[in-house]
Amino acid sequence: MITLIVNEKNFEVDVAPDTPLLWVLRDQLQLTGTKYSCGIGECGACTVHIDNEAVRSCQVPVQEAVDKKITTIEGLPENHPVKAAWVAEEVVQCGYCQPGQIMQAAAFLAKFPEPLDADIDREMTGICRCGTYPRIRTAIHRAAKASAKGGKP
Amino acid sequence: MSQIFNCSRRDFCKTSALLGTGLVLGFYLPGCQKKEVIPPASGPFKPNAFIQIAPDGTVTFFINKSEMGQGVYTSLPMLIAEELEVDWKKIKIEAAPVAPEYNHTQWGNLQGTGGSTSIRSTFDQLRTAGASGRMMLIQAAAQIWEVPPASCKVEGGKVVHPKGEKSLSYGTLAGAAAKLQPPKEVPLKPAASFKIIGKPRARLDTPAKVNGTAEFGIDVKRPNLLTAVVARPPVFGATVKECNGDAAKAVPGVKEVVQVDSGVAVVAESFWAAKLGRDALKIVWDEGVLAKLDSATQGKEYAALAQKPGLVAANRGDAAATFATAAKKIEAIYEMPYLAHAPMEPLNCVADVRADGCEIWVGTQMQTLDRNAAAEVTGLPPEKITLHTTFLGGGFGRRAVGDSHFVREAVQVSKAMQAPVKVVWTREDDIRGGYYRPRACHAVRGALGEDNLLAAWQQRIVCQSIVKGTPFEEAMMKEGVDQTAVEGIIDLSYAVPNLQVEYQMAPPGVPVLWWRSVGHSFTAFVKECFVDELANVAGQDPLAFRKQLLVEHPRQVALLDLLAEKAGWGKPEQGRAQGLAIHESFGSIVAQVAEVIVEDNKIKVQRVVCAVDCGQSVNPDTIVAQMQSAIYFGMAAALHDAITFKNGRVEQSNFHDYPMPRLAEMPAVEVHIMPSKEKPGGIGEPGVPPIAPAIANAVFAANKTRLRTLPLNLAPPAKTPAAAPKGGKKKKK
Repeated sequence: MITLIVNEKNFEVDVAPDTPLLWVLRDQLQLTGTKYSCGIGECGACTVHIDNEAVRSCQVPVQEAVDKKITTIEGLPENHPVKAAWVAEEVVQCGYCQPGQIMQAAAFLAKFPEPLDADIDREMTGICRCGTYPRIRTAIHRAAKASAKGGKP
Repeated sequence: MSQIFNCSRRDFCKTSALLGTGLVLGFYLPGCQKKEVIPPASGPFKPNAFIQIAPDGTVTFFINKSEMGQGVYTSLPMLIAEELEVDWKKIKIEAAPVAPEYNHTQWGNLQGTGGSTSIRSTFDQLRTAGASGRMMLIQAAAQIWEVPPASCKVEGGKVVHPKGEKSLSYGTLAGAAAKLQPPKEVPLKPAASFKIIGKPRARLDTPAKVNGTAEFGIDVKRPNLLTAVVARPPVFGATVKECNGDAAKAVPGVKEVVQVDSGVAVVAESFWAAKLGRDALKIVWDEGVLAKLDSATQGKEYAALAQKPGLVAANRGDAAATFATAAKKIEAIYEMPYLAHAPMEPLNCVADVRADGCEIWVGTQMQTLDRNAAAEVTGLPPEKITLHTTFLGGGFGRRAVGDSHFVREAVQVSKAMQAPVKVVWTREDDIRGGYYRPRACHAVRGALGEDNLLAAWQQRIVCQSIVKGTPFEEAMMKEGVDQTAVEGIIDLSYAVPNLQVEYQMAPPGVPVLWWRSVGHSFTAFVKECFVDELANVAGQDPLAFRKQLLVEHPRQVALLDLLAEKAGWGKPEQGRAQGLAIHESFGSIVAQVAEVIVEDNKIKVQRVVCAVDCGQSVNPDTIVAQMQSAIYFGMAAALHDAITFKNGRVEQSNFHDYPMPRLAEMPAVEVHIMPSKEKPGGIGEPGVPPIAPAIANAVFAANKTRLRTLPLNLAPPAKTPAAAPKGGKKKKK
C-alpha cells in the first residue's frame, strides 16, 4: 500500500510503485480533472503541484510522490486568482488542457508574482491545441494584478 | 388535476390551485376579489425537443451539437434564449440524446456536428423553438388572466400582465403551457430587435472547464468499469497473423486479451495495467500491401499523377488554349502532407453492452452513425442503444468518422467482456492511427492578359478521396470527383474567363478524413500563394491585384479594405514582412495579414491581423476565439507538421516529433469582425485556410523565396559552417 497526500487528504492505494502518478490520480482516486494527453511530459495537460512545484504527473512514479503534498485542479481553491482570471478572460475552448495550464500558471505566479511576457513565454510551455495562448497570457497578467491587490481579479 | 384548468375560471375567485408540490398559490387581482388559478404542474413543459421548463423554473436546453471548444453550448442557447426571453442564469445545458428530432437540418437522417454548420443550420430552427415556447407560455398566462395574448409581454423568464401589475414566472406557467398545442405560425424577431444575438456572452461551459469537473469521454466513471488499450497494426491494412497474450495476461490487473477488428485489445482494471499489458503482447502481423509505403516514393507517384489529365471538376472557357498562347504565364507544383488532427483528448469510448441494451459514452461528432454501428455490432435494434455525448477534448473533424471505428471497437470489447469497458487511445495510437488530412499535390498554371488581369487558371489536384466508400459518398462525390478535394477552387472568387480544375484520385490505403477546413486547407494555400505569384508577374501589389479580380465579390473587397486598414498594409514594422490571404469557406470570408521575421532560415510569425465577415454574428467573443484558434491551428501545420511514412510505418509518434507551437511561438493576433446582417456563416473552420498562404506570402515578401511545400521550410543552412554566414538575412524592399 502506498499512502498519498492529495488535496490535503490521505489516500491509500494499492499500485505498483512505478505507476505514473497521473494514472493513480485518475484511475485510483477518480480525480479526473488531471488529464492524460501525451504521456511523455511534452504537453502539460497532466500538471499538478507536488510540494507547490508544478510537475507533469505522467512523468512521476507514484513512489516519488509519497509523503509529499500533492495538489490537483480539484484542490486548487475555487476563488484562486488564476481560476477567477481564467473565467474573466474567457480562456477556455475545448477545455481539455486547461486544468494543466491553470496548475502551471498558479505555480508560476507563486514564483513570478509580477511576470513579464518573457517569463510567461519561458514558463508556460504546455500545449493548447485550441490556441488559447493569447488569453492564457492576459489571464495570467490579470491574476497577477489581482494577487497583488490581495483580492479578486 | 387538469379539470381545474378546464373549469370556467370565473368560478374560482376564492379558490386556490394546488400545485404538484403541495404548495398553495394564490394571486389576487388588485381591485377585484378574483383569484387566479394556476394549473398544477404535473410535469415539465416541453414545447419541443430543445426546451424543457420545470415547475421550479429550471430551464434545460437540449443541444444536439457536440461541444468541442467552438462554443455551441453557448451560442446555440443564445439563439433559443433570444426568442424564449428566459432568465439566462437559469439555463442548464444537456447533450441531446440520439433521436430523429435532433437530426441535422441539412444532412438528411443524421445527427452530427461538422462543416462549421452548427449556427448556420439551426439559426431559424432554434429561434423558432424559442419563440414557439414563449408564445405558449404567453397563451397560458393570457388564459389565466383572461386577456388577449397579444397584450402580454415577456421579460427575464416571466410573462408580464398588460398593465404591468403582475407577472407569472415560466416555471409557474409550465403546467398550463404543457397542455397547449404549439402555434402553427411563429414569427421571429427582426435582427434590429436582437437583445442577445450579436452581443458577447460568457461561455456556459467555462466554470466546469476551469475547476476540472467537466466530463470528457475519457473521464467517464461507471461501476466496475474496465479499461482497454488496443495494439494497432504497425502498417495500415495489416492484420494479426499470430498473437500471444500470455505475457500481457501476466501483468497484474490485466483481465483479458481480446481480438477486435482494429487490433488486439488488452483489458484491465486500469489504464496503466492495460498499457503495460499491451506492451507485453507478442503479435506477428501480416503487413499487407502498404508494407513498403514510403513518403518520398509516394511523392513521386503524386507528381506523376499531376502530369496526367484527371476528371473535370470545373470547366469554363478554354483554359488550355488561352494558356498556350498567353504571353505572361507561370506554372507551379504545390505539395501538402498528411496531417493528424491530434486533439488534446486522445480518442476514447465507453461502451456497456448488456443482453437487453447497450449504453455508450463518447465525445463524438457523429451520433447517428455511431449509434447504428453499435446496433450492428451488438445485434440490438438501434432504439436499444443509448448514446451519451460528452464534452469533446478537441474534434477538428477527427471525431466525425463515417465508419465509427472508435465506437465500434469499444462496443466489440465490451461485448466480448460482457462488462463496461473504456477504450483509451494513447497519443502514439492517435498520431499513428490515420484518418489524416490527405496528402495532396496540386499542379497549377496561370496566365495573364495584356491588361494584367487573369486570363486563365488551370489546376490539377491529386489526393485521396475522403468520402469514397463512406456513408457520405453519395452526397459529396459528383461524377467521380470528391467535392472535398476541389472545394475552394472550383468556385474561385477571382474573375477569370477560362478556368479548368481537374481531380486525380490518388490510390487509397492510408485512412483519410476531414481536418479542420477540409479541402480548403490546401486549395486556399495553393490559390492564395499562386495569386501572389501572379501579382508578382503582373508587377502589382498583392492587395491591389486581388481587389481588381474580386469585382464580383463586394464583400471580399470590403473585407480586404478593412483588413488593409487595420493591418497597416504596406507599412510593416521595421524588419518584418507582410503577407496577405483571403478565402471564403463555410459561408464566411476570412482575410489575414501575417507579419513575419525571417532570420537564419527560420520563419517567425510576429503578428496576424484577421478580418472576418461571417454575416450576422451570434457570440462575437466566440468568433474572436475561433479566429485565434484557427490561426494557431493553421500555423502549426504551416510551420511544423507532417505525417510521413517509411517502410509502411508512420515516422511520427507524439508531440516531440509532431510538434505543436507553445505559447512563446504564438503571434499577436488581432481580430476584426465586419458588421453584417447577412445570414450567419460558419466560424469554426474558415479562419484556418488563409493563414498558411499569408505566412508563405510574407516569406516571399521577406526574401523573395517562394515556398510551395508544406510545412514551410526555408533551405537549411549550408552544411559547411563557412558557407552559412550569420545574420545574413536579406533585406526586403
